[in-house]
Amino acid sequence: MEIFNHNSNIHFLRIRKFSVGIAILLMVASIALLATRSLNYGLDFTGGVRIGVTYDKPVSTEDVRSALTAGGIDNAVVQSVGGTREVDIRFQPKDDKKYAGPEGKAPNLDLIASDVAKALQVSRPDAKIGSRDYVGPQVGEQLRSDGVTAAIFVIIGIGIYLWIRFERRFAIAALATEVHDVLVTLGVISLVQREFDLTVLASVLAVIGYSINDKVVVFDRIRELFRSSRKADPEEILNRSINSTLSRTIITSLFTGIAMAALFFFGGPTVHGFAITMLIGILVGTLSSIFVASPILLWLGVSKKDLMPVTKENPELARRP
Amino acid sequence: MSDFPRWRYYLVAVVLVLGILYALPNLYKPLQAVQVSAAQSGATLDPTVQQKITSALQAAKIPYVDESLKHDTNRGDYVLIGFDNGDLQKSAADALKTALGDNYTIAFNLESTVPGWLRAIGGRPMPLGLDLQGGVRFLMAVDQDDVIDKQENRYTQDITALLKDKKIQFVSVSRNAVRGQGVIVVLGSAADRSAASDAIANEYTDLAVTDGTNTGDRYVLNAVIKPDKLRDLQTNAIRQNLATLGNRINALGVSEPVIQAQGQDHISVELAGVQDPAEAKKVIGATATLEYVAGLGDVRDPAVQDAAKTGNVPPDAHLYYGPEGQPYLVSKNIIASGDELVDASSGTDSQSGTPSVNVTLNSAAAAKMLDFTSNNVGKPMAVVYVETTTDTKIVDGKEVRTPKTTYKVINYATIQGVFSNHFQTTGLGTAKAASDLALMLKGGSLAARMDIVQEGVIGPSLGQDNIDKGLKAVLLGLGLVLLAAAIYYKLFGLVADVALFFNLVILVAVMSLIGVTLTMPGIAGIVLTLGMAIDANVLICERVREELRNGSTPLAAIRAGYEKAWATILDANVTHLIAALALTTMGSGPIKGFGVTLLIGILTSMFTSVTVTHAITALIHGGRKLKTLSV
Repeated sequence: MEIFNHNSNIHFLRIRKFSVGIAILLMVASIALLATRSLNYGLDFTGGVRIGVTYDKPVSTEDVRSALTAGGIDNAVVQSVGGTREVDIRFQPKDDKKYAGPEGKAPNLDLIASDVAKALQVSRPDAKIGSRDYVGPQVGEQLRSDGVTAAIFVIIGIGIYLWIRFERRFAIAALATEVHDVLVTLGVISLVQREFDLTVLASVLAVIGYSINDKVVVFDRIRELFRSSRKADPEEILNRSINSTLSRTIITSLFTGIAMAALFFFGGPTVHGFAITMLIGILVGTLSSIFVASPILLWLGVSKKDLMPVTKENPELARRP
Repeated sequence: MSDFPRWRYYLVAVVLVLGILYALPNLYKPLQAVQVSAAQSGATLDPTVQQKITSALQAAKIPYVDESLKHDTNRGDYVLIGFDNGDLQKSAADALKTALGDNYTIAFNLESTVPGWLRAIGGRPMPLGLDLQGGVRFLMAVDQDDVIDKQENRYTQDITALLKDKKIQFVSVSRNAVRGQGVIVVLGSAADRSAASDAIANEYTDLAVTDGTNTGDRYVLNAVIKPDKLRDLQTNAIRQNLATLGNRINALGVSEPVIQAQGQDHISVELAGVQDPAEAKKVIGATATLEYVAGLGDVRDPAVQDAAKTGNVPPDAHLYYGPEGQPYLVSKNIIASGDELVDASSGTDSQSGTPSVNVTLNSAAAAKMLDFTSNNVGKPMAVVYVETTTDTKIVDGKEVRTPKTTYKVINYATIQGVFSNHFQTTGLGTAKAASDLALMLKGGSLAARMDIVQEGVIGPSLGQDNIDKGLKAVLLGLGLVLLAAAIYYKLFGLVADVALFFNLVILVAVMSLIGVTLTMPGIAGIVLTLGMAIDANVLICERVREELRNGSTPLAAIRAGYEKAWATILDANVTHLIAALALTTMGSGPIKGFGVTLLIGILTSMFTSVTVTHAITALIHGGRKLKTLSV
């Protein structure tokens, strides 16, 4: 079975001004979005409130969760404590205007606690509020700075590897597209104001890995074709490389996409954010592998002689007449 | 079959068998158990207690797993009873509490059901994360008074040193008896007082300096820490304790703990995969800090022997003991304390080749260390480990908590030269001793004392229905990928599917061996890894198809396909590996776990997608004359 005509020869590079223009536009829009709307950080990042509730008779966490949802408190984390009569509820009250205290002040704990009590007592009158507290973010400052270090490490590491294995221009083109992919993915998340928690962060970082993978496959073919063809017009070689890897690029994206789509549609709220971020990242990464990475390479002026393997001097050959 | 060397078949077979073996323990779910132990010395765990337990459970109609009820003194002095699920376990604990009364402690635990022969070869299941199974939570109170004490003591020393340095005559420098009221400096004249006031205000901008009432020729100066600075100190103390605790728990290899600030001065720590608080407490370690002080004598010194015997300790010294009970006398003046320590690592001394510990101090402590060591080369210095534990006793039916502080000299060495921010401790004997000391030093850098005020078992943070949904979606996603590959690449697709299955098995085996905590995002990460692992097969299959189109014979196409795809797979995976490696360096928590999953997944997929599929393809196609390939 084949979906793609293996003789396809679509002239992807002809529209390079258009495609790169759109990429730049998307990137600028994403930066603007991130600057103005920022990300909707979740409980992991912002911290929130923690309310301890005790019951006279055993209760299941499922019942507590549904009672909270019915009372209008969504996305609460409910955990049993000790046995079956005590639960711990954590959530982020930032979305509700009524809890917000005066500007810059922490939300009103008593108000929140009484609302929680009301919501729970509808079905279980024996629910009593125990302790209430603010909880700090799960993500320490250390992780944030570690994140920046990690990102720099990735960029430098991948750059050096591509520089050694390929050539300087390939490293630059890959990294530029990489930055584009991550920014646009974050931009979309910011646009739809999807909650940004640790799971989503993990999947944004996974997008980096996925998209670099995609680019390297195309680059690898470019190098191969440059080395094997006698007459090497860069534009034609780049175009042929994109076309001959097109089937693989799309099939791999489809296969990975299928798995993520299953998580997205049937996986429930826990893996929802992870799956949607990955899906966005796969789409952006695939498109940029086809439309963006190679034009950049062309503009940087890649040529056949940059890619010829360094031939070792062979004394045997030199001695021959 | 010259295409595929024989030794590689053996390699594939051995890896697959090992993979299955070490992935196997994950199929044995741990039993949720209740642990009964004697709370007081009078109570014993004789067979009548076991009788009581069974009758209480039967009366409450709670089914338990028969064969798990045992009292195995080899593992600890307690009786374990296993249950099929967490709800039964919790109800049983409630029932047993009423039946057995105060003489016995009822705690939760997890009972492994992995068969003995698997455990004997080191097989163990992956621990489940806080979101899937819950764990243990500790609430610790940060001692805010200790923050003030430490700071005021430090200023007392610093001001004394400053006045000596500036050659200002003074009568005394001492801490105010009331905590938070700062330091009282008594001087001999009004001129000295104003000079001292200026010097202190210039040097320490965080202090508010005011004149006190003078009596006769005692001119008093009050130096109090400014209120907003004090608040900063307290928030910093919490922040630093959070970081230290995180380091300590990570150093011990517990993955994905949740450590967060709670309220004004509390820190909550959640650990996955354990249900026995006593065991978890060992993991957190004691809530310790440490101090560098001048050594005044060790056990060879008659003055020390005398002090240890009679209890008469010189007024400027403390009598502390070492790990083996040997007495030391150390100065009361602290040179540097744990919170000023930036880093500690173990290594080997380049000159003597013996194990050493390298310590880095912050600049304030470095200045004091420089000052101290320049005057004291050849004299001893001691490292004191300060540990606060809380004893809980039941008095009149109420829990009474008494904090207890113990001091232990963990290192006593001679100062070999002048040093400041970097220095090395040698003469530690073994490399293990050096790494233990480094861990203790690093762990001891708490900014303020903490003690555990509450501990308990917590349930999973995800609801059972969400867990079920997630797992179903994961299986569905995997199934769809397998199906799609089989349809699109036919026989080669099926071979890739078999390889993908083994990839999952080996991935799980490696994760179990390393002890990666399994969380819901981690499971999603596994699916993602597998989805991307098939990329290598897509590359190979596309290459084989291309070769066939170019007119190669089937066997040549397979050989060329694998050969040409390999370079691409290697490049793509190495860059991907760099990205995954960076994730694993990211502190702790879910991101690290995810990174580890990705990292292992890339490595295993390179083996299964290339070597395993090649072995299978060679087995199927080898030695036959082929006209077509099913790809």
